[in-house]
Formats: sequence, structure tokens, C-alpha cells
Amino acid sequence: MSHRLPQGGRLIDKARTVAFEFNGQKMRGLAGDTLASALLAEDQMLVGRSFKYHRPRGIVASGAEEPNALVGLGRDARFEPNQRVTTTELFEGLEAQSQNHWPSLENDIGVVNNYLARFLPAGFYYKTFIHPRPFWKHVFEPIIRQSAGLGKAPKDRDADRYEHFYANVDLLIIGGGIAGLQAALDAGKQGKRVLLVEQTAHWGGRAPVDGIELGGKSADEWITATLAALGKMKNVTLRTRTMGAGVYDHGYALAYERVTDHAPSVDAPRHRLWRIRAARIITATGAIERPLSFAGNDIPGVMLASALRDYLVNYGVAAGKRIVIATNNDDGYRSALVAKEAGLEVAAVIDPRPDATGDLIEAARSAGIAIKQGIAIAEAQGGKRVTGVKICAQDSDGSTGEVIACDAVGMSGGWSPVVHLWSHCGGKLIWDEAQACFRPDPARPPLSHDGEGFVFVAGAADGHSTAAASLKSAQAAVAAATGQAVKSRLPKVVEPELGALAPIWIMPARAPIQKRAKMWLDFQNDVKVSDVQLAAREGYESVEHTKRYTTLGMATDQGKLSNINGLAVLADALQAQIPAVGTTTFRPPYTPISMGAIAGEARGAVFQPLRRTPIFDWHVEHGADFEPVGQWRRPYCYPRAGEDRHAAVTREINATRGSLGLLDASTLGKIIVKGPDAGRFMDMLYTNMMSTLKPGRCRYGLMCNENGFLMDDGVVARLDEETFLVHTTTGGADHIHAHMEDWLQCEWWDFKVYTANVTERWAQVAVVGPNARKLLEKLGSDTDLSAEALPFMAWTDAKIGGFEARVFRISFSGELSFEIAVPASQGLDFWKSLIEAGAEWNITPYGTEGLHVMRAEKGFIMIGDETDGTVIPQDLGLDWAISKKKEDYLGKRAQARSFMDNPDRWKLVGLEALDGGVLPDGAYVIRAGKNANGQNNVQGRVTSTYYSPTLKRGIAMALIHNGPDRMGEVVNLTDGKGGQIKARICSTIFFDPEGEKQNV
Amino acid sequence: MLLLTCPYCGVSADETELSPGGEAHLKRFGPGSSDEDFEGYLFMRHNQKGVHFERWRHTYGCGKWFLAARCTATLEVFGTYSAQTPEHPKEIIAKIQAKRSDWSLT
Amino acid sequence: MRHYSVFAIVKEALGYHQGWERAWRNPTPKAHYDAIIIGAGGHGLATAYYLGKNHGITNVAVIEKGWLGGGNTGRNTTIIRSNYLQDPSAAIYEKSRSLYETLSQDLNYNIMFSPRGVIMLAQTEHEKRGYLRTAHANSLQGVETRFITPREVKELCPIIHLEGPRYPVLGGLWQARGGTARHDAVAWGYARACSAMGMDIIQQCEVTAIHRENGAVSAIETTKGRIGCNKLGIVVAGHSSHVADMAGFRLPIESVALQALVSEPIKPCMDVVVMANTVHGYMSQSDKGEMVIGGGADGYNNYTQRGSFQHIEETVRALVETFPMISRLKMLRQWGGIVDMTGDRSPIISKTPVENCFINCGWGTGGFKAIPGSGWAMAELMAKGHSPLADEFGLNRFREGRFIDESVAAGVAH
Repeated sequence: MSHRLPQGGRLIDKARTVAFEFNGQKMRGLAGDTLASALLAEDQMLVGRSFKYHRPRGIVASGAEEPNALVGLGRDARFEPNQRVTTTELFEGLEAQSQNHWPSLENDIGVVNNYLARFLPAGFYYKTFIHPRPFWKHVFEPIIRQSAGLGKAPKDRDADRYEHFYANVDLLIIGGGIAGLQAALDAGKQGKRVLLVEQTAHWGGRAPVDGIELGGKSADEWITATLAALGKMKNVTLRTRTMGAGVYDHGYALAYERVTDHAPSVDAPRHRLWRIRAARIITATGAIERPLSFAGNDIPGVMLASALRDYLVNYGVAAGKRIVIATNNDDGYRSALVAKEAGLEVAAVIDPRPDATGDLIEAARSAGIAIKQGIAIAEAQGGKRVTGVKICAQDSDGSTGEVIACDAVGMSGGWSPVVHLWSHCGGKLIWDEAQACFRPDPARPPLSHDGEGFVFVAGAADGHSTAAASLKSAQAAVAAATGQAVKSRLPKVVEPELGALAPIWIMPARAPIQKRAKMWLDFQNDVKVSDVQLAAREGYESVEHTKRYTTLGMATDQGKLSNINGLAVLADALQAQIPAVGTTTFRPPYTPISMGAIAGEARGAVFQPLRRTPIFDWHVEHGADFEPVGQWRRPYCYPRAGEDRHAAVTREINATRGSLGLLDASTLGKIIVKGPDAGRFMDMLYTNMMSTLKPGRCRYGLMCNENGFLMDDGVVARLDEETFLVHTTTGGADHIHAHMEDWLQCEWWDFKVYTANVTERWAQVAVVGPNARKLLEKLGSDTDLSAEALPFMAWTDAKIGGFEARVFRISFSGELSFEIAVPASQGLDFWKSLIEAGAEWNITPYGTEGLHVMRAEKGFIMIGDETDGTVIPQDLGLDWAISKKKEDYLGKRAQARSFMDNPDRWKLVGLEALDGGVLPDGAYVIRAGKNANGQNNVQGRVTSTYYSPTLKRGIAMALIHNGPDRMGEVVNLTDGKGGQIKARICSTIFFDPEGEKQNV
Repeated sequence: MLLLTCPYCGVSADETELSPGGEAHLKRFGPGSSDEDFEGYLFMRHNQKGVHFERWRHTYGCGKWFLAARCTATLEVFGTYSAQTPEHPKEIIAKIQAKRSDWSLT
Repeated sequence: MRHYSVFAIVKEALGYHQGWERAWRNPTPKAHYDAIIIGAGGHGLATAYYLGKNHGITNVAVIEKGWLGGGNTGRNTTIIRSNYLQDPSAAIYEKSRSLYETLSQDLNYNIMFSPRGVIMLAQTEHEKRGYLRTAHANSLQGVETRFITPREVKELCPIIHLEGPRYPVLGGLWQARGGTARHDAVAWGYARACSAMGMDIIQQCEVTAIHRENGAVSAIETTKGRIGCNKLGIVVAGHSSHVADMAGFRLPIESVALQALVSEPIKPCMDVVVMANTVHGYMSQSDKGEMVIGGGADGYNNYTQRGSFQHIEETVRALVETFPMISRLKMLRQWGGIVDMTGDRSPIISKTPVENCFINCGWGTGGFKAIPGSGWAMAELMAKGHSPLADEFGLNRFREGRFIDESVAAGVAH
């Protein structure tokens, strides 16, 4: 059984116990524990179930590579599935639940899959569940989904918050082991801005666990001294609990800081995403030990030899009482020695190398540990806990051999450098034959914008297995990264010599299929040696095919333990060399990072920037029903008590047409176009002739893109000889301004023109209705606003009610209308004074819907309704706004193309339903027959449709084939419910066709 | 996440400050041009896998358009220059050829 | 071809699955084929399959520079729908969707088509009108869709947040028969069926030149030698311009990165596909339990299969807002593919300026759902010289100004 030892544990505080719960059971750990070490101390080796076969799963590793020990953490709005116990620091009150089982961890019905495992090899679902067809959707798929999936889904809105940090550094160093620390020290001394991040809560990596001596000190002492030196450097920033998550192009990197995961009671963001721009990056990310592939290597109690050692040294926790170590390299002996020293019974070290010798082997031998050389594990035995291993000669089929009883097995298949961050951005790898691992190829680094490599590697991540070599590589990496020689003296390292590893990919060598079907490569996803061999046999030969066919390496650990072993098995099956088979692509993040951290602070009300007009608060106070329009929010209408939207809109329109209405039009785009060539430029932008517009006058104009399609419309006012004020649609302001700049800067840079987007500089209010002029006169104007002095489509500066204003006689409603712009800072006051003075005429604010209905009653087009990016002005009967005199304007050439210059296009008309009702939004006009693809033919579509309070019936506009030639004709439209509606083609102008109301 | 130096304001700008604008050095064809020329101008693109001359705007910076020579396969940037440059600049071509001897302008 | 069934699995299980044969052969190229398809992605393999199945042309080679299905077929978010606005789009995507329904049976390979339904959320009045229009259009196109209320949206997808402070859900366009499929299996299933018809799928073979005689294609040069052909189909999403250049013509295409990501797997919590185009994100849950997430494409020309992080950030932010519970899930993996963007964002299935050379490209961000229909149309075009499904997607439409623009209905094409 696993248990806490009376001695040892460099990271724990034995004086402070910490209470926590696992599956509702109360347990106790110590301050400094991870959830993994605390569970092991409580003899809770069984912590989960595998994905496919629901096999019992125990803790395998001690760090981020853990594939098995995933739990649901917390509850309600703080519940989080799939948390690794090995990277979860223990805190008081922690609650964890194991996953993927029913009804309980110990007794899981899903384990039936395990007994059927033989019938569920890799890719079995591609070969079955094909018949009968409906069964896949209704039976098989639901069962598969329910049995897959691991953790439970969170239900509530996240109670925590998240934030982003930005950093700009000369050098980002990822990994705070001795190589990372040395690199930081050397770069810090050079005066570089350095950021050093370490994913765990502790500095120093494996060196203290491995008992290395540095400069005559213990590793812990050297680390403390180094940190003290770094702490004095203002140019060096150090962060623990911060993982280098991803490396992106041109020196961009992400780091993921877990700020309060270990201390949830602290009021701070839970996670912090660091967005780093680094000139150069050093990855000192260490290496991960590989499992060995023998039958039963997934039984709880079988773990990485290094993890077994970590738990002993760091937490004073023993994985078992009687242990066996299986190793193909010398490092495994370190674990045996540590266990022996801790007082555990080390039953044997199983080493398939027949004649390995070396410092550590000799040390083990002199410590009295039984060493079995040339020997393999034929199978591990046990169910929910390992009970023993059967051993055999490595060069055998494993059919015979003795059983060694044990309750824990440490396995070491060699070490794989953590090359993920090197590879994220295109860094290539080379195969290191001696250590049987892929390591970064310095000749093919990821390239930055300058074409130079920007990632460098130090320590075990570069394939170094000794501390001395790691420190040296750190110095070399700094020198290479900064281009400056490093002169510091490295500490003298005392450490054992390590012999050569034997690349043993399965044990024993001639294991038959029955055994290979029990050798796990990917513990979480249940991928075995036999599955990879099956994939190769069936032709899924590329490493990507094998991965996808078997799901090898696709679990939440992303193959940190399984990739190289799987690759080796695949290469062997294909009779190819490992480097020829290649690796799958490493993709960010290194370990999973929370969506919350990625989203950051931008959620809820601040999800996107909110644009408010100066009058916004008044709308809120007066009960406006808002709709989003781009990043603005505009009142749709102002419903009063008891009114629905329809009633409110009807009231607003009747009040406006009958007396006086008010619209906040501040969102309207306003762009100044100024300069000696402004007229020339305006003539290119608009289909109309704008250069002939007189100062003091306004003109409605159309803007097309180079594709000929209508993109925006609005009223242009000429302020003076050299200055135009362009009004755009609300949504168009920014992109029309950008469109102008594009043409001015990139095509007509000889034009002397300047543009400025002044949209937010002005508040603009439309005063609309028969009493509009009376209201302005009541407020008092220093300028004559009479029809004679300020006729329709004129504008003037004026002081109205004490406000400096610009008054435009333009109308989008067909009523007498003044659009009045005042400086934004005075918009609210101006609006309020209008409301106050207008009370005697029942002044009524109206929203966007009233605006839309009134313009439709007048047959005015709306960009986005009558246009959709495929409509040209000619379709809308706007030929009058297209200058025939101009040689060129944007879109003119495009409109000459055969499909556009074509009498057969759909053209704008009015439509009225025969029953007087409102035609459905988006309805199509049906034509008899079907097309070549069996679709019903169409001949037009509704572009706008409203109830007109003015006419007390439905009105609509539509684009219809040859529409203007078919006045009075009745057409059939879709009703949206499978039936049809009849409507008559009519003029687009439903109200006041002579324009008498606006021209007073 | 690209880094491009804006030739106007000199800032080494993060991609988030910039807006891409497609292929550079297109010749505009207007009214009177042939169908083929107009189609070529508006739609046909070299779309090189390799060095690509392209337009960018420093939208959230100085607001200026500029041009860049950038490899679409390695993302190496060979240089940025003013948008008011009618032809591919000789010094940028030389710089590319110094690094890629087999490269020529297509 | 060995027939796949539960009985075959049981039989093989007794022998520990040592008896399964290769899913597709690994042939050396012949000197000449009736037709060569460049590109063994979903679209290329489907083209070959329907050349054989519908037109009896089986002397076919499919040439692949990497591994079959290794491009965008294996990199997308697997959404299948046909609720398109424009007639030509609705026709080919609906053909495709209906072929997907029986594809597992046709290929004897379970591609796990899961018709779980697709909702496209309306989050502005404008978007709502756009989807209402699409629903009307679909009713005439034979595509079953319906505009549903916010309450129906919530019933179909309980994890959604309807009342977001910025973009409340106003309803959605619902296609009950849309869904997802297992992307790799589509390529593998077609490859196996093609191989069984005697077609040669030649992987790890890069095309280096396209030879023409008298204006017509005659052969291709590859890293495995020269191979002659009567007809050539170029089906190489992401590298279309590159291969077209070998044949001597240009395309109205730019190649950009499109990214996607998955969360760690969780138990089933979302039974439908949801697309939220106003905020630019979409999400579904795979059979493994991962939340599969995508968004808009990057903006600049790029062949690296890597994108920029801010697009991932924007997409995740949009979806955290739409589905607040995902905030405590973790991103497991992000990746990118290279997609062809045309001038109107609709695909090209067309003859080319070179006689007997055809091209199928420009699927942008939405190619996976089109695979069977695209293959069907392309095969018909290659065999007969025209196909009603493909006719509107010709290269000439840009010169004529005859756009097929799907973005007009507020939607984006995914």
C-alpha cells in the first residue's frame, strides 16, 4: 500500500495538516502536498477509469504528463472537470471527484468494455454500426457518447475572473530547472530584459530530487543562492506557477499563470494569460520519462520510476512497501536507491540490458539491491492494484518465469526531451540514436521575422542527461540567443556517470499477440501495442493516420508519455527507421489552458466595446428598448407601460407624422473630405457628380465598391469650396473612412485631399414632423429657417436655443425635417431642451423601427435591406443618381460586365398583399417550374416589409424580375409555412408621392 | 502573430495593430479596359507560396497603408516600404536575392 | 474488398485481429490513366469514387504529395449543413448532405454521420431578417429548415445563454438534418472504396509539372516519374494556385489560414451544432466529448498551417459569452489549415483554359460538408463536360460579374 513516511519530504510542512475530500470521503494531507501526493499518502492509488475500456487507473506520473489521474474539482460555479491531481496543489477544503464511472469508482458498469476489449480494437467503430442506418443516430452514437467524455460538464456560469498580462522582453526563458536558472543568471548579467517562467510552484526542477551537488552545495542550496542573485536583478522577472503554453510566429509566446488555483480564497483572478513578445526564447523545459511496454503496465501501482522517486523525496510518500523497478537505463537505479534509502523493500531491479555497468548500478548492488540483468517483465499482475510481476528473459516470448510479489512498480523507458515549444512554430527535430529520443535540430529552428532562428534550447530539453551538460548548454543557449559571449563560471557538478540506454520498445522482445494486446501505450485512451500494429497492417501507415485511427496521443495529456513508444512500435511494424516515420505535429498549448483565461476580462457587459451616443443615458432613463447596431446600441422604440413593440412603434410614427417626432441620429457616420482635389475625389467615390454641388447645399449620393455593388448611401453637404461633409450609414462610418483612405493612399496619392472621421465629434438630432419648424422657432434661432431661406436640401450654420448648430434640411421620413448637429458635449442638453420645448406639440422620440417604417412608406432604400452586397444602383431604380458624364467612378467598369449590364436583373418595386396584411420578411416571389437541380424557380424577393400605421395596412418593397414593367400584376410569394400569399406589384412610394409634406 | 515595421512611424507593429490588404502593386483597370484586364486586376492573384508583395494598413497606429515583402511559407519579412511606390523596390529585390539566389520576381 | 460488419469483427477477434487486410493498396503508378486526380483529400477521393461509381471510369489514379486525407479534410470542425441562401449553393450542399446520409452504407465504412441538427443564431435584427430570408429560400430549394424562437433554441441547446447583455439571441435558423461526421473516416472510406474499384491511390508523390500538347493536358511529372492521362482534375485545396500555375493559368484565389480548437472531453452536454456568426464562433461536441470550436479565417496569405493567436482568442471569447459554462473547460489543442478564398467566397468547379484539365477549389472555410456533392459534380463535369450542380460555379463568373455570394444573408460560410 502507498503511505506517508516518517522522514523525508522536502516540499511539505509536517506541522500543518490540510483537510480535503475525495469522492465524499474526508482525507488529510500536509501543506505543500499536491493532490496526488496526498491521495497516495492516504493509500488512494485508484483514482479514475480509462476512456474506452473503463479500466482502473492509478497515478502514473508526478507532473504535467499525468494521463490517468484526472478529477473533477470544486462544485457549482467553481466546478472544473479533468484536473490533473499531479499538478493540483492541495488546499484546505479541496473537493475532488473521480471521473468516467458509474455507479462508483470501485464498481464501474462501464468496465464491461474491458471484458469486450478483444472485440473493440482500434477503429472498430469504422467497421460496424453501419446497419441498420437509423441505429447509428438513435442507439449506437448515444451509447458511445455517454461512455466516452471523461469529466462532467460544468453547469453554471463561472464565478471566477481572469485577466491578461502583456510583456515585452529580450529573452523569455521557459522552465525554471537548473538550466533555466543558469540561463536567466547569464542573460540577466548581460543586462537583458528577462522573463523566467516555471510551471510548478517550485524552482530547480529535478536536480534536488536527483541529489546533484553544485559548487560544493546541495542542489537546493544552489537554487536558493541563484534565486537570491536573480532577485537582485531589476531586469529579470521570475514567475512560478506559470507555464509556457505556446510559441507563435515572430517571437510571440503565451504563458499561463495559475494565480489562485492553489489558494481559491484569495481575491484575485484565477488565471492570468501572459501575452509575451520576446526577441528570443530559450526553452529549458526538461524531459519526461517514458513508460515501458509490458503486459499489464497500466495496472494501478505501476508508475514512472521518476515519479516514485519524486513522491519519496518531495513529499515523503511511498507508492508501495515492496517495490520493483524496471528500467532500460541507469537513471532507473536512482529510484531504486532512493526507495532503499527510504526504508522500502526493493524486491528487484529488472534491467533488460544483459551487461550494463556504471556508477548507479554499482551503488545499487552495494546497497544490496537484487539486480536482474537481461531480464524483462513478462506481465504485471493484479486488478485494481498491482500484486506482482512475472519476469522472464528479455529475449523470449515471456511464457515462463518466476513471479516477484510487489505492490508498486517503477518503470523507466528512458527520457524524452520536452520539445513541444520548440516545435510549435516550425522548429524541426533530429533523432538521437544514443538516447533514443527526438531532440531539437539546431540547424532548423523556428524562424522569426528577420529570418533568424528565435528559439534556443537548454538542459534536458536539448537531450542532455547530466547536470553538468545542462548548465553548459544553458550558457551556450544564452550566448546564441543574445549574440553576446557568456563568461560566468559554472559550478562544479558532482554526479554519477550514466551508461548507455537500450532502446527497448516492448518487453519481452518476442511477446505474442496476447501479451501485446495488454501493453498499454496511451493509458487514458486505451491504445495498446497491438492497436498500433493493427493500424500499420491495415495501411494506416503515416504517423498521422495511426494516431487518428488508434487515437494514440490524442488524450488530454496529448501523448506526453505515449508518443515515442507508439512511434517506435509503428516504425517496427513498418520495418522502418523511427526518424523516417516522423512525429505528429506539436500544437499549442503545452498542457490544456482554461477558456476563461483565453477570454480574459472581456465578458458580459464588457464583452465588446460599447459605443454610446451623447444622448444614450436619456434613452435608458426613458425606457428605450435597444437593439445592437454594430457596436452601438440604438433605441428600437420607447415602449410605455402596457405597450408592446408594435404599439409603441405605431404611436411614435403617428405622433411624428401628425405633429412632431425626434430621433437620435448621432450614430450616422460623418466624414470630412477636404482639400483642393476634394471634388475630384468625391466624383470617384460616388456614382453621382459631387464636384458640382454648391456650398450650402446637400445632395444624396451612392457609393459603390470596385465590384460595382452598392455599399453605402447618404447625404453629402458641401461646407465650402474645398470641404465636403459625407454622411454614411451607422454601420458604414468606419469602413467607408477606411475605404477612402485606401484609395487616397494607395491609388490616387497625387490627390490633395485630407479625410477625417468626425462621427463622434457631433451629436445629431432629427426634428421631424409638421411642427418641426415651429419648435425651432420657439427655441429661437439666429438664422432664418424658413422654407425660402433654408429650402429642402440646403444646410446652414445657426445658433438654436443658444446651441451652436449645423442645420440640414434633409428628410428620411418624408416629413418636414431638420437634422441638427451640435457638438457632442452639448448633445444631451440640446436633446433635453427640444423635448421640453416640444411638449406642447406632443413631441415624441422615435427609434430605429419608426425610422425604418417611415422611410419604407416613402420608398427610400435602406442599405442592408434593399441592398445585400449583390445589388447595384441600377437594380434599385437609382439610375438618376448615376452620372453619365463621368468617365470613371469606383464600380463603373464592374457595372459594365455582362451579368450586370443586363436588362434581365431583378428590380425594385413596391408590393402590397391582396389581403392588406404584412408580407413575411424574406419571402420569395415564386415562378412556375423547376430548375436543372430540381429547385422551384423564383423571380424575386421581398427586401423590406412593414405594417404602415399611416396607411393602416402592410407595405413592402421587393426586387422582382422586370418588376417596373409589371405594375399591377399579382405574384405569388412564399408564406414561410409551406403555402403561398398573393401580392400586387405597385410603386415603391406608398405615401405622399408628390413630396408635399417635406417641401414646406 | 506577425511583427511588421511600419515605414511611416517606424514602429515595430504587432499584427493586432495592422489590417492586411492583399496583393500589392496591382494595376487598376477602369472603364474601357478589356474584360481580361479587368478580371485580372480585380480577381486574379499570384498567391505565391514564397515571397509575396502585399498591402498592410497600420490601422490602430498611424493609419497609413504600407507595402511589405513577406514569405508566405516561412513568414520571413524582407522589408516594408511606402504604399506610394509604383514598382517593386530594387533594394528589397536585392535583399531577397541575397538570401534566396534562385528567386526572381514573377 | 473485405466486407466490414460486426460479424467480421467477431471473427477477427478470435485471431486477435491478425487477419485484417489493408484498407487500400499501396500501388506503384502506371504509365497512363484515363483520369488523374491531383489531391487525395476528401474532394479528390470523392471525385475519383463517383467517376467510377456513376460514370464507369475506373482507370484512375489519385496523386497525393503527403498522406491521404492529410489536408483540410482532417483539420476541419466537421459541420454538415445545407441551409445556404443562393440556389447553386443550396443545390450542391443539399446533394452533399443527402449523400452523407447513406455514405456509411455506400462505402461500407462507418463515417459516423450524426444528423444532430444545426442552429445558426440570429443575434441582431438584421441577422434575423437574413435567416428568415434563407428559410424562405430553402423552402423552395427542397432544403428543410425553419426559423425557431429563442425558447426553442434553449430547448435544443440548454447550455446556451440567451440573454447576453450585448447580443441577445433573437432566434435561429434550424436545420434538423444537418450535423457532423468523422472527418478522417470520410477520406478513409472513399479511399478504401476507390482502391476496391481498382483505382490507384499514390501517396507521397508530389506533382512537379503538368504537360500540355496542343493546348490539352497530356501528362503530369511527379516525384515518382511521368504519368500520362486523358483528363486531369486538380483538387488541392490550399495549394490550388500553386498547381494551377504548373498548368499555366491563374486563379481568383488567396490562401489563408483557418484555425480551430478542441476542449478536453466532457460528458455529453450539447446535442446540436451552434453557429453564432455575429460574434464569430461555432461549437459542437464530438462523440469523444470534446467541444469542437471554430471561428473566422486569418486575413493574410499564409501557407504555414499556423494562425495567429488573436483569432483563437476572439473565437473563444465569443463562445464563452454564448456558452458561459465553457469558461472552466480547457483548450486541449489548437491547429490551422490553409483554405482557398475566392473573390465571392464560393467554390470553383470548372473547366480551365487548358483542355481536359478541370479544377475544383475555393471551398474557403466550408469544404468538408461539400465533399460528396463536390465529388459527384466534379466527376460528372469531368466525364460529361458539364454538370447542373457545377455549372454555376464556373471560373467565368468573375469576368461576368455573376457572383454567388452567401455572406449576403448575414451568414458566413462555414
